[in-house]
Amino acid sequence: MRETEILVIGGGPAGIRAAITAAELGAEVLLCERDGWLGGQLIKQTGKFFGREYAGQRGFEICADLLAKLHNTAKIDIWLDCPVLGIYEDGVVSCQKKDRLEKIKPQRMIIATGAAENFLAFAGNDLPGVISAGAAETLMHMSGVVPAQRALMVGAGNIGLTVSYQMIQSGVEVAAVIEAAPQIGGYLVHASKLARTGVPIKTGYTIQEAYGEGKVEGARIMRLDETWRPIPGSEEDIACDAICLAVGLNPLAELCWQAGCQMELIRELSGHVPLTDENLQTTIEGIYVAGDICGPEEATTAMAEGKLAGANAAASLGYDTEQAQAARLAALAELGELRAGPMSARIKTGLDKLREKGAAKHA
Amino acid sequence: MRIGEHPVLDFDRGKKVRIYYNGQAVEAYENETIAAALHAAGIRRLGESGELHRPRGIYCAIGNCASCLMTVDEQPNTRICIVKCRDGMRVDEQRGRGVLKV
Ligand SMILES: Cc1cc2nc3c(=O)[nH]c(=O)nc-3n(C[C@H](O)[C@H](O)[C@H](O)COP(=O)(O)OP(=O)(O)OC[C@H]3O[C@@H](n4cnc5c(N)ncnc54)[C@H](O)[C@@H]3O)c2cc1C
Ligand code: FES
Repeated sequence: MRETEILVIGGGPAGIRAAITAAELGAEVLLCERDGWLGGQLIKQTGKFFGREYAGQRGFEICADLLAKLHNTAKIDIWLDCPVLGIYEDGVVSCQKKDRLEKIKPQRMIIATGAAENFLAFAGNDLPGVISAGAAETLMHMSGVVPAQRALMVGAGNIGLTVSYQMIQSGVEVAAVIEAAPQIGGYLVHASKLARTGVPIKTGYTIQEAYGEGKVEGARIMRLDETWRPIPGSEEDIACDAICLAVGLNPLAELCWQAGCQMELIRELSGHVPLTDENLQTTIEGIYVAGDICGPEEATTAMAEGKLAGANAAASLGYDTEQAQAARLAALAELGELRAGPMSARIKTGLDKLREKGAAKHA
Repeated sequence: MRIGEHPVLDFDRGKKVRIYYNGQAVEAYENETIAAALHAAGIRRLGESGELHRPRGIYCAIGNCASCLMTVDEQPNTRICIVKCRDGMRVDEQRGRGVLKV
């Protein structure tokens, strides 16, 4: 059985930043990542980031800096190709390493497993060619493969808008972006950039059906009325060989369920999330969370949460120095700044609701 | 199809290898996943559903959804979207739940 002070589960931006922060404060860290590489979703992002700290840098560049820092930090052990499978009552964690089951006994744990992209109900949604927007991004940017000749994007949030633009950069013809809501959900800059390429962004539309012989050959879309009901006779067929779904994410929190953390269903946080305190500690002492698992958001907030969880986990082990306090305050300031804009209203409402549940529990 | 010129990225595809999809040779690169190599070769069907035998392809491409299970070098239920290509790899469509090779 492998012992460690802090186990970080998941090597995306949240987990990496948590590992660096905790190790810099003196804690011994083991980082387990299920893939054969690190970087989570950030490693494949080509768009330029906003915000003070990373302004103008592209996602994969930020990721490269983060990874360089990780590899230069002492006291971090990294296990790749190592999915964590279970957390037991006695705090023992099991993971798959090569073809064996390994056991780990950590004193603290930071779960940063991210989120999974949602699926959508419509006829023919299981046809090959119906893929998530993230899958298109992964094919293009991780492997340099063209995901489709002509694609329909479902969802005009930030992911739908940015991945549509990326597809154009990779030579895909984007037939349209459709969005059920009456307005575009993502940042206006992303929408304008896409609109300038001539791609129609159709709000108030839904997908009715994917059709094709053995694979996607087209999509039937329909217009929605003010009550979100499809308007009969408004059907329109769009020929395409891929239908990309960008309809939100949900937290990958199975390990929290398993560990017995109290879970709360918060719509604004996109599903069931672990109840946490302001230190990002769950209701199980010693288990912290960070990143999309707390409610899918952005890579920048994931990194700030990683820093917060890492600093708190290390501090709880006695590495409670001035440096730890400074890291904690810096992370909180970073989060405050990142969530200051109107686009963060939903997440903030969700977090308020979560904290209310926490307060009710303690009352 | 693979991306030629990209405005932002350079691709380090690694060595060219050959994998076998249901016995048929497919050109691939060792730094790409099996799913990417098959997709580049125009292959969309990876398997079929258990009950209704409907075709299955990738969905998430990052190991979350299990839509891409195939038998790889006789090991069934392999998520081919997170396994990189190796020369000579045999990737076969799976019928049923498969028998674990031990
Ligand atoms: C298609 C797409 C595009 C996006 N574009 C942007 C963008 O342009 N800008 C932006 O700021 N944000 C963007 N985001 C959001 C951003 O990527 C996420 O908010 C961020 O990556 C969350 O970081 P994370 O570390 O929490 O999770 P992830 O990045 O998802 O990392 C989680 C890691 O945990 C690993 N893992 C999961 N389960 C286990 C397990 N059981 N054992 C071990 N390891 C495990 C995963 O393999 C993964 O490496 C995008 C998201 C998507 C899906
Ligand atoms: S496509 Fe989702 S697990 Fe492979």
